[in-house]
Amino acid sequence: MTKLRPDLQIIADNIAPGSRVLDIGCGDGALMAALRDEKQCDARGLEIDPANVASAVAKGLSVVQGDADTDLAAYPDGSFDYAVLSQTLQTTRRPDVMLEQLLRVGKQAFVSFPNFAHWRIRTSLLFGGRMPVTRLIPQTWYNTPNIHHVTIEDFRALVRDGKFAQENQWFLSGDKLTGQGMANLLAEHAVFLLRG
Amino acid sequence: MMSEDARFGLDRSVRLLGPLPLDSGASLAPVEFAYETYGELNADRSNAVLVCHALTGDQYLASTHPLTGKPGWWERMVGPGKPIDTDRHFIICANVLGSCLGSSGPATVNPATEKPWAMDFPVITIADMVRAQAMLLDHLGIERLHAVIGGSMGGMQAVSWAALYPERVASAVIIASAARHSAQNIAFHEVGRQAIMADPRWRGGAYYADDDPPSSGLAVARMAAHITYLSEAGLTEKFGRRLQDRDAKTFGFDADFQVESYLRHQGISFVDRFDANSYLYITRAMDYFDLAEAHGGVLANAFRGSKTRFCLISFDTDWLYPTSESRAIVHALNAAGAEVSFMELSSPFGHDSFLLENPEMNRIVDGFLKAGEGR
Repeated sequence: MTKLRPDLQIIADNIAPGSRVLDIGCGDGALMAALRDEKQCDARGLEIDPANVASAVAKGLSVVQGDADTDLAAYPDGSFDYAVLSQTLQTTRRPDVMLEQLLRVGKQAFVSFPNFAHWRIRTSLLFGGRMPVTRLIPQTWYNTPNIHHVTIEDFRALVRDGKFAQENQWFLSGDKLTGQGMANLLAEHAVFLLRG
Repeated sequence: MMSEDARFGLDRSVRLLGPLPLDSGASLAPVEFAYETYGELNADRSNAVLVCHALTGDQYLASTHPLTGKPGWWERMVGPGKPIDTDRHFIICANVLGSCLGSSGPATVNPATEKPWAMDFPVITIADMVRAQAMLLDHLGIERLHAVIGGSMGGMQAVSWAALYPERVASAVIIASAARHSAQNIAFHEVGRQAIMADPRWRGGAYYADDDPPSSGLAVARMAAHITYLSEAGLTEKFGRRLQDRDAKTFGFDADFQVESYLRHQGISFVDRFDANSYLYITRAMDYFDLAEAHGGVLANAFRGSKTRFCLISFDTDWLYPTSESRAIVHALNAAGAEVSFMELSSPFGHDSFLLENPEMNRIVDGFLKAGEGR
């Protein structure tokens, strides 16, 4: 079993065994395979990149090629215990609509994203005067798929405005869990568990 | 153990007593089947794969065609070590009901008259084709299919199999297909049928006794249909405006252009292997196809509670059964909570892409089938 990306490991650790899970932007299906093999979950995926879909299907996973912005609407209400959106929120056309969709399709939703207010990004912009390029946000401004950069505080505000319930939160610095204090400054990456 | 030749049962055939009840209300008895099998059925009868062929396809899936001498139509997909693996699977491909390569159709003998059925053959549907195949599987002692696989009209049969006999289908692979025929699909077929029926030699379909079939009409039908199997870009790449064996236009109506010559060849060679009346019956069956219709107009209802795993593949240049048609099936399967994978593959060859070399298609089908074998 290959090691999962840290945010995916947090999600995998916190999903109840035997759950129905929809992984949106599932990549090559690493999380889905782990959930299937270790937690006996019924996992389905939605992924835009054809090579990733082919890899996932070859692993025996049920993955549909499609665009989360348009294709999520075809899934019935409450058809999954969890909807998972990992490192994809910042690429969606309307993150607010995406959250609504996640919590329509799933009873709960995991959302993970790189925190644009991390101190390294702040200092890069403050002193370099250029759009930050970091380990988690490696593309330059003109070719990045990340069209809606978001900070932890922004996300919390969106959750409040959408009247969603926040069930849990985790913060990562490097590959390690970090505390909640000053997370918006110190965390590179955040994982939230929401309920509709 | 594998024998030297993985296949056996060359040109198998069987006549089953029936009757086979048809959607039209009529019934057919007896029912004749011509089919091919490859590989061996395992002890627990769990490795059977049914391949459903397209409109003008046949049972010669991976063996030389007896009339044309050409290799089987899906040898790229079927063979030892290939995705549909003659070493692992017991593969069945039957000439479809209504066709003309040995299974019951307008050219076979009507027991009541001891003459070919011609237009007295009952009008059939895709579901009738599937029920006939189920009869054949009963005869072969196969209760449950490891997989049913088809492209184009074969995909319509595969998806119908999953809807009609969910408990008999573990996995379904539906390639370059649709859950219903669109107005445009029906329109193209009607052009073909009218071309056949406008040929004076068609004579209401009663041309068998004189062995003088409406070849001109059938050739035109094939030419029109063949255009729909290709993409505009593919035609341009293959032929452009290039002239056929000449340096200048003739200012006449010979096949000046390569594309004309190609289509004429497609038409002429088709009539040697296909029956005009079969073309009428099978295109009709496809036009009547609308899987949602029998389920209150809601496609998802065709798959409620289904335990079948589905894999759908479409091609980006296929305008006959475009990706949106596959997506409609995928959305219905999602709505029904069925296990489904879907991918749109890139290929310049239009609808015909599913018959051509496509490593990505092979990889997906291979992975999908193997994953189903671990269960």
